Amino acid sequence: MNTEQRLRLATVWLSGCSGCHMAFLDLDAWLLELAAWAEVVYSPVASDRKVYPDDVDVALVEGAVANDDNLALLLQVRQRTRVLVSFGDCAIHTNVSGLRNPLGAAEAVLQRSYLQLADGSGQCPHAPGLLPALRTPVLPLHALVPVDVYLPGCPPDPARIRAVLEALRRGERPRP
Amino acid sequence: MTDSPAPQRRITIDPLTRIEGHARITIDLDARGSVQRARLHVSEFRGFEAFCVGRPFTEMAAITARICGICPVSHLLTAAATGDRILAVTIPPAAERLRRLMNLAQILQSHALSFFHLSSPDLLLGWDSDPERRNLFGLIAADPELARAGIGLRQFGQELIAALGGRRIHPAWAVPGGVRSALNGEQRQGIRAGLPQAFASVELGLALFKRLLDERLREELAVFGDFASPFLALVDATGQWEHYGGSLGVAGCGGGIRVMASDGSLLADGLDGTAMETLLAEAVEPWSYLKFPYLRALGPEAGSYRVGPLARLNLCRRIGSPRADRELLELRQRGGRVVTASFLYHLARLIEMLACLEQIERLLDDPLITSTQLRAHAGVNAREGVAVNEAPRGTLFHHYRVDGDGLIEAVNLIIATGQNNAAMNRTITQIARHYLGRGQLSEGLLNRIEAGIRCFDPCLSCSTHAAGMMPLLVQLRGADGALLDEQRRD
Ligand code: SF4
Repeated sequence: MNTEQRLRLATVWLSGCSGCHMAFLDLDAWLLELAAWAEVVYSPVASDRKVYPDDVDVALVEGAVANDDNLALLLQVRQRTRVLVSFGDCAIHTNVSGLRNPLGAAEAVLQRSYLQLADGSGQCPHAPGLLPALRTPVLPLHALVPVDVYLPGCPPDPARIRAVLEALRRGERPRP
Repeated sequence: MTDSPAPQRRITIDPLTRIEGHARITIDLDARGSVQRARLHVSEFRGFEAFCVGRPFTEMAAITARICGICPVSHLLTAAATGDRILAVTIPPAAERLRRLMNLAQILQSHALSFFHLSSPDLLLGWDSDPERRNLFGLIAADPELARAGIGLRQFGQELIAALGGRRIHPAWAVPGGVRSALNGEQRQGIRAGLPQAFASVELGLALFKRLLDERLREELAVFGDFASPFLALVDATGQWEHYGGSLGVAGCGGGIRVMASDGSLLADGLDGTAMETLLAEAVEPWSYLKFPYLRALGPEAGSYRVGPLARLNLCRRIGSPRADRELLELRQRGGRVVTASFLYHLARLIEMLACLEQIERLLDDPLITSTQLRAHAGVNAREGVAVNEAPRGTLFHHYRVDGDGLIEAVNLIIATGQNNAAMNRTITQIARHYLGRGQLSEGLLNRIEAGIRCFDPCLSCSTHAAGMMPLLVQLRGADGALLDEQRRD
């Protein structure tokens, strides 16, 4: 990656709790330094861009793949990104997002929430095109696309996030 | 919220940005080009209420904290308080003060994120400004002082959480019966030292927002979700602002859940968390994973209520600390005794940040705050527990039922954001009708509609785990174990 230019950085949120994103924001005043050499080109918390852009240098991807939206976005991210970082335990081994896996098909979990635990409207959310269908099982990123860097933690410690970003800036590939 | 005839044209905003969660908005136009309706489609679902079954209730704090990385402390404290009920203990006074301290830090850091990181780019740079720059990093470039203030304020709250719980996100600190570790004198000093800067940062945000309100944000007041609705929040025993309901339902504590109509009349008062099943019901719409809670007595339309900072400020008699109370008075001069303009959620958030800092200061002066008497030990003494707290975004309920070994049989969570679902849909419909009626569709206009959602600071990763009524099965068995009678509520 060209170090003359600013690093094109993306942060992506799949099925997670956003805690990994909060750990990124926990870099506090260092974010002002980061802004000097990186441009955040896509991020749910720090960008209004609706479409994942081309030509991204580094993407921090939080969360597991739990629905069709997650999968579609992950495939786009893989295609358009040089270094894909599996960011946090949900991305790496599904963690809490995968706790529904032993319960079997998503249908059972949906029925529990929307049919048994509601006021009796008798319907589960279902709106193709508007709501993504749930996927079973919930999967970690590397089960679906090649991953370049693993950054574990629930959430990863901000100091480690910083160390990884600085290494990537220098063109290194940090090993876990 | 029934389905109307197929729209002639549909505008989609996908995904929503600068909010905490996954959602899209659709705006349906009829043949004449006027707005039929706008809807918020919340697109995530993780199923906590199903997979927690069978786990020990003592694990609930760690698991439910992972519902949300923005307000993990809210779930941590509410899960611990639900655990207190299952142990049937009153926690040591110092533990309650420490839990309060952490909750205040949490509300503070979350409000700072909402106002400075997520919403102030719109306010400062303008709705129609370049979308490439309309974000935290654009703010850093345009007004580094404001950006630093917001980042520093969030940091202050997060560091206070870490001082108590050992880490900023997902601390494993509050437990059924109390908390695990004390605050030492040195930490207390460190927090005190940060207070003046934190106060100054809130004042900076307050001054900016009030100036913008006077100068150019007038239309927004009337258009960004101004309507009558009930409000629901906790108040303390004297009717003052309250954020911690951990001891509600414990004899002699007083205070509780209050519900008020926008004309100021009381619809309910002094309730504890166990009232949630008689007070609230939830509707499901096929087009969102987020359910629609409402006041059972009033039904899904009239009974849709609002929670969160504005609800808390509307329902309290006063806040109980001087700087915040001065601002509360001014809020009421602007918006009326019960403020119905959802745009003023932003101002309510700023005022609450001031309240949090004043209360943190007061708690630090309390001699008990460094006590090491922190935990009551007991076994499973009750099969059911409910607790209620104020999370940054509003009232949070946890309800567990356990077996004799403390394994979870049923879980029910009612989460703050869900309770604003109907209000968010009304708000975006109001904004869409107002601006789309005027001709050209522009990016800035769609950003205004998204900003209607940002007023509520929704936390969608939380909200789609909300369940409704816990199914109940009561069986009457004879001495020989034969089933005599059975009552079921699904
Ligand atoms: S790894 Fe932990 S902090 Fe990150 S999204 Fe998953 S649960 Fe949240």
